[in-house]
Amino acid sequence: MDGGIEIEGLRKRFGATQALDGMSFVVRPGRVTGFVGPNGAGKSTTMRVVLGLDAPDAGRALVGGHPYRSLAEPLRRLGSLLDTGALQPSRTARNHLLWLAHTQGLPQSRVDHVLGQVGLADAARRRAGGFSLGMRQRLGIAAALLGDPPTLMLDEPFNGLDPEGIRWIRALLVSLAAEGRAVLVSSHLMSELEGVADHLVVVGRGRVVADTGVRELLDGVAAGRVILRTTSPTAAATVLARAGATVRPSGPDALTVTGVSGEAIVSLLAGNGVSFAELSAHRVTLEEAYLELTREAVQFRASSDPEAGR
Amino acid sequence: MRTTREVRKMRPTGSMRTLHAEWTKFRTVRGWVLGCVGAALATVLFVLIGTVSSNQHPGGAAALPVGPGGEAVDDSYSFVHRTLTGDGSLTVQVTALTGVLSDPNGGPGRTSPGVTPWAKAGIIVTPSLTPGSSYVAVTATGAHGVRMQDDYVHDRAADLTGVPSPATPQWLRLVRAGRNVTGYDSTDGTHWTEIGTASVPGGAVQAGLFVTSPAAVQTDGGGGSSPATATGTFGRPALTGAWQGGWAYAQVGQDAGASGSYVPGTTGGYRANGDGAGVGFSITGAGDIAPVVGGPAGGPAFTVETFLVGTFVGLIVLGVLAAQFAAAEYRRGLLGLTLAATPKRGRVLGAKAVLVAAVAFVVGAGAAAVTLPLGEARAHAVHFAVLTVPAAEQLRAVLGTGLLLAAAAVLALSLGVLLRRSATAITALVAVTVLPYLLALGGMLPTGPAQWLLRLTPAAGFAVQQALPRYEQVLSVYTPANGYFPLPPWGGFAVLAGWALAALAAAAFVLRRRDA
Repeated sequence: MDGGIEIEGLRKRFGATQALDGMSFVVRPGRVTGFVGPNGAGKSTTMRVVLGLDAPDAGRALVGGHPYRSLAEPLRRLGSLLDTGALQPSRTARNHLLWLAHTQGLPQSRVDHVLGQVGLADAARRRAGGFSLGMRQRLGIAAALLGDPPTLMLDEPFNGLDPEGIRWIRALLVSLAAEGRAVLVSSHLMSELEGVADHLVVVGRGRVVADTGVRELLDGVAAGRVILRTTSPTAAATVLARAGATVRPSGPDALTVTGVSGEAIVSLLAGNGVSFAELSAHRVTLEEAYLELTREAVQFRASSDPEAGR
Repeated sequence: MRTTREVRKMRPTGSMRTLHAEWTKFRTVRGWVLGCVGAALATVLFVLIGTVSSNQHPGGAAALPVGPGGEAVDDSYSFVHRTLTGDGSLTVQVTALTGVLSDPNGGPGRTSPGVTPWAKAGIIVTPSLTPGSSYVAVTATGAHGVRMQDDYVHDRAADLTGVPSPATPQWLRLVRAGRNVTGYDSTDGTHWTEIGTASVPGGAVQAGLFVTSPAAVQTDGGGGSSPATATGTFGRPALTGAWQGGWAYAQVGQDAGASGSYVPGTTGGYRANGDGAGVGFSITGAGDIAPVVGGPAGGPAFTVETFLVGTFVGLIVLGVLAAQFAAAEYRRGLLGLTLAATPKRGRVLGAKAVLVAAVAFVVGAGAAAVTLPLGEARAHAVHFAVLTVPAAEQLRAVLGTGLLLAAAAVLALSLGVLLRRSATAITALVAVTVLPYLLALGGMLPTGPAQWLLRLTPAAGFAVQQALPRYEQVLSVYTPANGYFPLPPWGGFAVLAGWALAALAAAAFVLRRRDA
């Protein structure tokens, strides 16, 4: 499958807002790429440029090596979910997919197949306007899967889903990537991508802040961070700080220590007679890693003009 | 991928796919499908309302006679005739054409001398005295010189331009040879000028002298009409050929028909002049031998336009649908999905335009095809005259109604794309089509501005429904207030189509330029 998306130096201005400011990254086949950033960071605009809906002021986006607007049967190349509200409320779910299928010359059997795939077979003949947000997400994903494309691009697919729905989407995304497809999933909540994304593109203010594998990111942030449980945190903090460690409280009887190794901590505390209950290497969540990464960008944001969302 | 290969076999072109998809979009929104039915019903039901309320002449006019061409005609005249069984000729001089007019401002019984411009005193050949029969005539007129006319709609000017008088008699001649009848005129009875040739059926025909006079029409102001009676004075008819029997008199047609009536105190009749039998005749008559037109010359009758008057309601309903078909894409962000599936934006707009045009055409032509016979049936039920038009004209009005709505739907769709909101688009559509139409034809504007509205605005397209005929040889008031469009049917439609295409081009331009 020659899937994948290449984004090169996209710039786009809406009035006074620079929505995209040199956005560049690549979505590769066979893995889920998380597209993360605060609201207004330019995620949706990037996706709209990929689909040819918005014209960039500079740069280009290629799908499988071609501009999207040059594709003869685009839904067979790239399946996308941009806006779950994009449906005529009085049209049934099945008819919503049927007209889409007709644009690509796809048969009705394909419509029924994807409806089953997203678990909407029983609701196929109900009006989509009466659907819950979760059902609309499933319908939107069905539309993305309709053309059996090698590349998928989903904007905030977890929005409005119950825990069961979130589990379902995660499993689906993982299986789609396992089939060799390129999958780009945006989210403003890093925690949603935990255990799903293999690769992360973190964006802020219209440009890429970090473009990294999830494993490397976690390893990098977690390096040298130790959790210390003790009944006398004040004494422990004093001893460790004197030895050059950075110490922060992380609970009533817990400290997070960086800057010194686990062995050094043990010997320092033992040597100074400070008792402790447990010493463990800290397991960093993706959320923490993300906050670490975007701290700078967020501070910058807070101190300058707010970015309009799109 | 299995599905990809499976699909490659059944493969229409991209444009057809887009059209197919847009059709699926349209037919799967129940409100839009019901709207189409509603548009057709509104158009049809309006005729029932219209034919109930205009029941001014209960039991009055029977069906108007229909001429050889299928059009409604007046065929009322005073006729002094003989039978001509084969070839032959009839020559006569007309020495006077005078008349009496009702004075419309003088109250009942007040009359004044005078003739109407198309009062006729002449000679005629016709196979039958039944109104609506074929004929060929050469006649002097009140103000249009000598004319040769046949089968109601054909009119030729002859050389002679004056009004007959004893000093300037107008000599008229008809020569029948086989199926052909040739007309001549002369100032002296010696030197003859051929006017033209027309045909009448073979066999025995009635030929002789006739007089008739359409009503006086006020061409300014309100445009009413008032009775007029004419009297023609003829010299001795000279006959050659296969004549049979003697002269007889007939009032052809009931009274004076739809277009004329006798001035109170006058009646149709004839008088032989001079000493002895048949030296000459004075004949008095009223009516006309001419096609029926609208306006004051027409008298009360239902027309194709009466039956199709509900079209503007159907146009509004279809306009709402077409505007929504565009605006719905913007309202819910559906356009993003549409253009993701079909990135060629011009193709999407083209498919939408073809679709709304096709739907509107079917609704319009279908409703008109039902409405015309329904309206005629209603008219007969209430004994109201119907101004019959030839089948080709009816067909044009039916297909034209479809095309009118199709073009209006394309205009509405384009406005929907340009303005992105259906309410705004519909308001604009009504303002440029229905409003000028109602203002102009409703008689709320002076003739000049009304005619300009119907030349320049998309409302000009309603002209394609025009079935009321307009003839030089029938004096009437051919203004919008009487249902007459200033442009011919297809000319008016071309104005609307031009607007629709211009709006479509503008919509294509902004759709390509704008971020979706």
